[in-house]
Amino acid sequence: MLEATDITVRLGRREILTGVDFRAQPGQITAIVGPNGSGKTTLLRALTGELSHDGRIRLNHHDPASLRPWVLAGLRGVLPQATPMAFPFTAAEVVRLGLMGGIEAAEPDLVPKALARVGLAGFEPRPYQELSGGEQQRVQLARVLAQVWHPTAHGQPRWLFLDEPVSALDIGHQLQVMRIVRDFADAGGGIVAVMHDLNLTAMFADSVALMAGGRLMEQGPPATVLRDDLLSRAYLCPLRVNALPVNGPYLLPQASGPIAAE
Amino acid sequence: MVALLHEVSGPAPHWDRTPRAWRLTVLLVLALAVMSAASLAVGAAGTSPWAVLADIMAGREVALADRVVLFEIRLPRLAMGALVGAALAVSGAVMQGLFRNPLADPGLVGVSAGAGLGAISAIVLGGLLPAGIAGALGYHLVPVAAFAGGWATTLVLYGIATRRGQTSVATMLLGGIALGALAGALSGILVYMADDAQLRDLTFWGLGSLAGATWTKLAAAAPLMILALVAAPMLGRGLNGLSLGEAAAAHVGIPVQRLKTVAILTVAGATGAAVAVSGGIGFVGIVVPHLLRLATGPDHRPLLVNAALLGAALLIGADMIARSLIAPAELPIGIVTAILGGPVFLWILLRRRGLLGF
Repeated sequence: MLEATDITVRLGRREILTGVDFRAQPGQITAIVGPNGSGKTTLLRALTGELSHDGRIRLNHHDPASLRPWVLAGLRGVLPQATPMAFPFTAAEVVRLGLMGGIEAAEPDLVPKALARVGLAGFEPRPYQELSGGEQQRVQLARVLAQVWHPTAHGQPRWLFLDEPVSALDIGHQLQVMRIVRDFADAGGGIVAVMHDLNLTAMFADSVALMAGGRLMEQGPPATVLRDDLLSRAYLCPLRVNALPVNGPYLLPQASGPIAAE
Repeated sequence: MVALLHEVSGPAPHWDRTPRAWRLTVLLVLALAVMSAASLAVGAAGTSPWAVLADIMAGREVALADRVVLFEIRLPRLAMGALVGAALAVSGAVMQGLFRNPLADPGLVGVSAGAGLGAISAIVLGGLLPAGIAGALGYHLVPVAAFAGGWATTLVLYGIATRRGQTSVATMLLGGIALGALAGALSGILVYMADDAQLRDLTFWGLGSLAGATWTKLAAAAPLMILALVAAPMLGRGLNGLSLGEAAAAHVGIPVQRLKTVAILTVAGATGAAVAVSGGIGFVGIVVPHLLRLATGPDHRPLLVNAALLGAALLIGADMIARSLIAPAELPIGIVTAILGGPVFLWILLRRRGLLGF
């Protein structure tokens, strides 16, 4: 269980996140969506303890700020949007960096297993800096997966915090990564992901938090949050959500009216 | 030890460069031993350490001159060279890991500029000190002032860059440039005031030398350098994590702020001590870690150990060249490391830009 109550973040004198209440359940994918600059990534960085904030955060009933870094690292992994590496590490060496603190450190074949999981089997000796952006992002995902390889530990769920995990990927790898994330949640782990793609969000998320202007507009199941009125207000353009009989809501940009309609 | 590691963890996977790096450690230990033996045997005086050793083993009296040359000149000089080389190379590797920049060196935390200012102040203004203080410090005035200058600059810089318990590496870098310029300007004023004899002293201090090595000097400077050499390998794991960036390093479980504090203080102490006793010896801190990364990859755990060994061996080698090229006179060792290090550094740069085609 992840509970964040009244989260406020200030950068200098400017308030960039105001009184956000956010919930995420283990076994579910919780997506954070919203327009550029709405505070999605800021919320994620507050939840992971990267930004100092007002308000209360409880991850599995612990205050993350009170946990030792290596204890926290065994509880949750964090995938940033992009990770440039300072030195010429190989893909396998990058993945191994995820194994430093966790209970998985003693599993030597986890590095090739994690790379194979993200579709990069055989990439072990490849220099990270020479990989494409999408491949680098998947190597980093493998690193984070290796850090919390087992979705539960000691009867407690473990968590993945993902900042736009699929934005650098082609459609095939987007689906592949979202399925990995789905499997992690189905096995009892918790997922919090900042998402840009509303269709992938509609397809995979169990709970959607819609942000706008540094505030949480609505959080709930996709069908109740991905609605014409809410999305149009959040993204400041008219949007129309359609529905498939079996798979829930979807959006086509073509289906929205002219912007002047606002 | 390597064989032992092998047995515990099974054969290493083919992608793992770390076991190769530890095998290199064994070679470097051997290289350091050979270099040390050679350094004891080479010198202006024709003393042979083997003859002296044979005399001692056989219980014969060792000639006084040989004893002095070997035990009072060459041995402390060898130890000093090994320690200074190791300290500079390890400090360079730590700084590069901390600043996430393969071209960083200890100068970035203000040690070199501050130590330079300290040394110049001592040389130029030392005569103005009350006789009591000057007499007590004697020949040690310059190294003590250099160490104090380097250490003080780093502490000021660390204070500037640290707000609410968080040290900003970027602020430190920029502050280091500002403080370096300031220290340079103050040094310039002192140089302008200096007389001819002082200018000569200044020049030689700036070029670096191990010629003044004595057991007393060594005893004063060694503890800080040894402390750094012992502490540095423990930073290896954290510096590996830091190569992901500070935030991501914290997320994989690295206590980042503690790592930064220990790294900065370690480097300031070790470099300050090294510069104090040997003057300005350049390039060891950049070239040694870089060569090792090319050979066995950037894993800091073996890198920090190997950098100490290679740095020691290289500086002992450079000192042999400095002593023997124009014997019985000596070249300042800073000239030797710069003449060897400059082209190597240039080669690294060209190679990075792909200008050499490989």
